[in-house]
Amino acid sequence: MLYREAGDFKTSYHADNQTFPIKFDRIGFWITMAIAFLVIPFVINDYWANAIFVPFLIYAIAAIGLNILTGYCGQVSLGTGGFMAVGAYACYKLMTAFPDVSIVIHIILAGGITAAVGAAFGLPSLRIKGFYLAVATLAAQFFLVWLFNKVAWFYNYSASGQINAPERFVAGVAVTGPNTAPWAQYMICLVFLTVCALIARNLTRGTVGRSWMAIRDMDIAAEIIGVNPLKAKLTAFAVSSFFVGISGALFFSVYLGAVEVGEAFGIQKSFLVLFMIIIGGLGSIFGCFAGAAFLVLLPVALKVLGVDVLGWPTDLVAHLNLVIVGALIMFFLIKEPHGLAQLWRLAKEKLRLWPFPY
Amino acid sequence: MKMKTLAAMALAGTMAAAPAMAELVIPDLSYRTGPYAAGGTPFSDGYQDYFNLLNARDGGIGGEPVRIVECETGYNTEKGVECYESTKGEGALIYQPLSTGITYQLIPKATADNIPIHTMGYGRTSAANGEVFNWVFNYPANYWDAASVMVNYLLEENGGDLGGKKIALVYHNSAYGKEPIRTLESLSAQHGFTLSQLAVDHPGQEQKSQWLQIRRERPDYVLMWGWGVMNQVAVQEAANINFPMENFIGNWWAGAEHDVTPAGAAANGYKSLNMNRVDADLPVFAEIKTLVHDAGNAAGDGSNLGSVLYTRGMYAAMLAAEAIAKAQEIHGVSAITPAQLRDGMEALEITEARMAELGMAKIGPEFSVSCQDHGGTGLGIVQQWDAGAGKWVALTDYIAPDNAVTDPLVKEDSMAFASENNIEPGCL
Repeated sequence: MLYREAGDFKTSYHADNQTFPIKFDRIGFWITMAIAFLVIPFVINDYWANAIFVPFLIYAIAAIGLNILTGYCGQVSLGTGGFMAVGAYACYKLMTAFPDVSIVIHIILAGGITAAVGAAFGLPSLRIKGFYLAVATLAAQFFLVWLFNKVAWFYNYSASGQINAPERFVAGVAVTGPNTAPWAQYMICLVFLTVCALIARNLTRGTVGRSWMAIRDMDIAAEIIGVNPLKAKLTAFAVSSFFVGISGALFFSVYLGAVEVGEAFGIQKSFLVLFMIIIGGLGSIFGCFAGAAFLVLLPVALKVLGVDVLGWPTDLVAHLNLVIVGALIMFFLIKEPHGLAQLWRLAKEKLRLWPFPY
Repeated sequence: MKMKTLAAMALAGTMAAAPAMAELVIPDLSYRTGPYAAGGTPFSDGYQDYFNLLNARDGGIGGEPVRIVECETGYNTEKGVECYESTKGEGALIYQPLSTGITYQLIPKATADNIPIHTMGYGRTSAANGEVFNWVFNYPANYWDAASVMVNYLLEENGGDLGGKKIALVYHNSAYGKEPIRTLESLSAQHGFTLSQLAVDHPGQEQKSQWLQIRRERPDYVLMWGWGVMNQVAVQEAANINFPMENFIGNWWAGAEHDVTPAGAAANGYKSLNMNRVDADLPVFAEIKTLVHDAGNAAGDGSNLGSVLYTRGMYAAMLAAEAIAKAQEIHGVSAITPAQLRDGMEALEITEARMAELGMAKIGPEFSVSCQDHGGTGLGIVQQWDAGAGKWVALTDYIAPDNAVTDPLVKEDSMAFASENNIEPGCL
């Protein structure tokens, strides 16, 4: 009834190709944006920011990055944690070396540095595919973590090997450091996520995105019809790493404030982001949001339900969390390889016909 | 009508919440899962059991019942931050995260929120300078003390001369494991021993190459900064290469029963530091047994009573409880705030008589805290594992660290932190 395209006429090519062709979707999008920008910042508190919103927004950026590489271009990567570390350490070095430059510029530059590193590690993808590429990116993961642990220059020779984000301001408001207001943390992440998602969405709809998808679906056929695999694969690695680097920079500077590379950007982080896009949906921007929200919310929801409501022991709930995430991943791989995004798509199809499905 | 009902419900809500305000809320950021659970579980059991004992025996502290809010961190910094944020709102008085990584996260946050942190024998060593770290305490001892105590012990064993000796440091490749390196480097320059550093990556199950290197280099002594599963593996690997166990010394986080029992008889003779004495016959354990465990309020399964880390968890809880009592005395109120507790911690004084009175005679050294010194005395004992008897035997009395070495390092590091963060050192 509500969700239908009847009567939603398009009179121009531009209108026909807009991001949300159905009016109901467009309204939904603007309402979501209005709530995200105009309502949440006024009601958010420390707990909601640090436990839910900020990690969700940052992981969503990382998931977009990985989804471009894995979901759109078909190159499996297990190096996300390592690339996030590049973003974090680049941001830290820039923040401490040029304290007068805006943190926003540092975060974008950190993304750029990560893009260069990512493209370099993407070079083997020209020769190897599938599992073998996964192993090569795994090597990147371990190498980068080792590097940031080993070379003291990256952590400014601090005794503990930790990096700490100094206080930085955007328009006079602290966005990093301990005195950051929760709404400021939330807003900077939200702005970055919105811009990243818009860029990603439009990239994937254009020439670049189509060449990625051509490579993903069948690289030999793509080459024959004129897609340059070198360009397609390396741009996928670079763009993906750019987003991942931004998420790593935000993760370190805005969210945690102090980071230890092995602990924060270890292999488990790579898997976590990979699980997000598997559960959310490969090859879908919406899936990145759904997967990130799901894996950030699930442990918190389970904890609130198990420990606070039911009074179960904390260790039981923590173990249960692992069991549930594992079971869900198997469930999605078997039953719905396209993830939550596909469920959403099916729901929309059903809604179009409701109440008279056939 | 509807508004009235709502108002009544809101009123009932505030009234229900009101008594909760009068409790002393102690968050326990524990970890009973993951590769560090072997250490986290007994510590948390001891920590909670002691507060439960105070509730059962004395009705809390100064008449105020203690409410423990447990939160599982899994030794993970992200979960630690989530736990901090979720427990902070309940009126948490003091944080003891038992993780150096989480401590580094919490130092700026808790300082901004004015909640004290107590990191007993871990965390940021330079927090001993209370003029820079007003809200962070690491009494009675810290990592740099531990490194110095170890070297002092070795000096004593070698007639005061370590010249030409080779000492290897096997450390957890994290903020925790890297902490002692600076001290050991300056001690190596001072005493003329060569120091080689061998990093073990999280979680520490893979140490073959490090121990192969030790077998090749044949150092005279191996020191270890390990935690969790890393300790068990290291002791086993040392046994595999026939490294003389009496020359293998762990710090106080690498010297619990579960670290050595998996290696069986091969672990006999392994040494470690300890900042508290282990004595399963302390009267306080009998009280916990009858008043807490037999009443069905044990924090875990009750099997850890009297073990090394259980004792240390209980010791940590005792120090917190004494600081709360002190704060109540200073401010003349029983329902104290975190800021008032901080004053109590800064005025804390632990004496032999008080420890005996609490049923834990000689559990730790005597010490007092001041605004300038949040670090305590830094004393440590050396204990040795007797695999036949299955217990730790104290080899020495409390050994003092070389403050001439550690004090300048604390000063330097804390001042660097102060200038990075625009802190004007001073007392609150």
